[in-house]
Amino acid sequence: MHDVVRRTALPGRSQSSHDRLARGLGYFSIALGIAELVAPRAICRAAGLRDLEPVIRGYGAREIATGVAILGSHDPEPWIWTRVAGDIADIATVAAGVRQDNESKGRNALAVATLAAVTLVDLACASGLQAAKDNRKTATMDYSVRSGFPRGLKAARGAARDFKVPDDMRTPELLRPWAVASGDR
Amino acid sequence: MKALVWHGTTDIRCESVPDPRIEQERDAIIKVTSCAICGSDLHLYDHFMPGMKSGDVMGHETMGEVVEVGPAARKSLKVGDRVVIPFTIICGECEQCRRGNFSVCETTNRNKDLADKAFGHTTAGLFGYTHLTGGYPGGQAEYLRVPFADTTHIKVPDGIPDEKLLFLSDIFPTGWQAAVQCDVQPTDTVAIWGCGPVGQMTIRSAVLLGAKQVIAIDRLPERLSMAKAGGAITINFEEESVVERLNELTGGKGPEKCIDAVGLEAHATGSVDAMYDRAKQAMMLETDRPHVLREMMYVCRPAGVLSIPGVYGGLLDKIPLGAVMNKGLTIRTGQTHVNRWTDDLLNRVLENQIDPSFVITHTEPLESGPEMYKTFRDKQDGCIKVVLKPGMNGGLHA
Repeated sequence: MHDVVRRTALPGRSQSSHDRLARGLGYFSIALGIAELVAPRAICRAAGLRDLEPVIRGYGAREIATGVAILGSHDPEPWIWTRVAGDIADIATVAAGVRQDNESKGRNALAVATLAAVTLVDLACASGLQAAKDNRKTATMDYSVRSGFPRGLKAARGAARDFKVPDDMRTPELLRPWAVASGDR
Repeated sequence: MKALVWHGTTDIRCESVPDPRIEQERDAIIKVTSCAICGSDLHLYDHFMPGMKSGDVMGHETMGEVVEVGPAARKSLKVGDRVVIPFTIICGECEQCRRGNFSVCETTNRNKDLADKAFGHTTAGLFGYTHLTGGYPGGQAEYLRVPFADTTHIKVPDGIPDEKLLFLSDIFPTGWQAAVQCDVQPTDTVAIWGCGPVGQMTIRSAVLLGAKQVIAIDRLPERLSMAKAGGAITINFEEESVVERLNELTGGKGPEKCIDAVGLEAHATGSVDAMYDRAKQAMMLETDRPHVLREMMYVCRPAGVLSIPGVYGGLLDKIPLGAVMNKGLTIRTGQTHVNRWTDDLLNRVLENQIDPSFVITHTEPLESGPEMYKTFRDKQDGCIKVVLKPGMNGGLHA
């Protein structure tokens, strides 16, 4: 099992190639989101879209939230799948919102192709992260013979009872259990 | 030399870095034979602890052989000595060191101004940790420079495996201090949150110190199995209510002594406060997730003691201080005063009272360290404690 974990990692690094790709997609998400929030009209023009500025702004907010979640999470896999879902929404929006002039149709086709390529990258990343996680799942180990006491548990109980607790760590007399404070053990 | 180097969140790399050299008269250089990944290293790995810089060498659980000694350290060390290096760097001369409060040594933090600003007053310099504690290169490396080496070491005898001695550097004295500062009485129930390496050592310490019953709380079956082997009654917090079970085991009165061996990255399934902490942490409105602290304060018996060896880094929300005040609880916490305990603990190891190597589940070459950080953090492969060996070929797993 451990060898499977090893194969998913880059040699000498704690991050696997998919971990690093996920972080890259996180930064990409935030950059794209900011662009969509700040310049939705330019995005619409570049993608050959009708006036869909409010929709593009909404998608921008989604991209930023997803990017922050990817970068801030210990487990980016669910958030990469969120990106895949977002990609599908993007493709549907871009394909449906095309202007009916030839120049726009050309730009639109390019935009759809770009989105499809990004979707493939997201899919590859999410699948890779999921596979690594599945591979790391393991049968529960049983450490029930590891007491740490070479002479056995019974001999260990209270073996250090004669240890003198330093004065600065002793419980004040009035807060000690009555049976102990009164010497009635 | 090769070393494990921090480059950012979850980014540890095994790289070549310059060999350490004697910089001060009290320095020594040791050739590392064994080092370990500590739970508090994970706070750096996940970047919850501020003050890390790209290029920092990790590691504060280290032992090895002295290969070079500065002139002022020769009175207590010589080349060839076998030493365990405590994670706290101590001068042995300041007021706090003289009182045995080694983890708050007033001298060794070379970034004292930074620590004064962050904590009000400086604490000791630490190996392989944040720059708030000096930013000293750590011991997950082939060689380690030990500042103040004449006092910052634990001499250990030959003929005993590293695995039995290595944890004198941190987790064994940390678990011991956690239990000792509870002032365990024969009538006490000691409840310990977290069955990671420190939790396991705390369980053994509470058993040795003679607690009436020791209760261990975690969610991972393999860790609970190890806790049970050490003499603890176990509670799986994913399967039962911790508060209800603790009250049931103590006749409704709660445990007298509660120990937090979890710290700032508490994992609590489904609790409202845990979700609150996650959300606030994600929005950078809270640095730590103190679910365990809240639960301890709530369930502890009045006039009881809360011991906190778990590491916290910054600002925490919704702490029920009303419960602490009204129940008259005592809180004892702090980084471990390692050298205060190690003579006694070394004797206990030599007398076979305890063998700390029970906790090791993975032994790997140093080069595998980066992957092992991930395995340890994600608690995969039954991982509880990782030991790394420079120069080792292949790996050993539980």
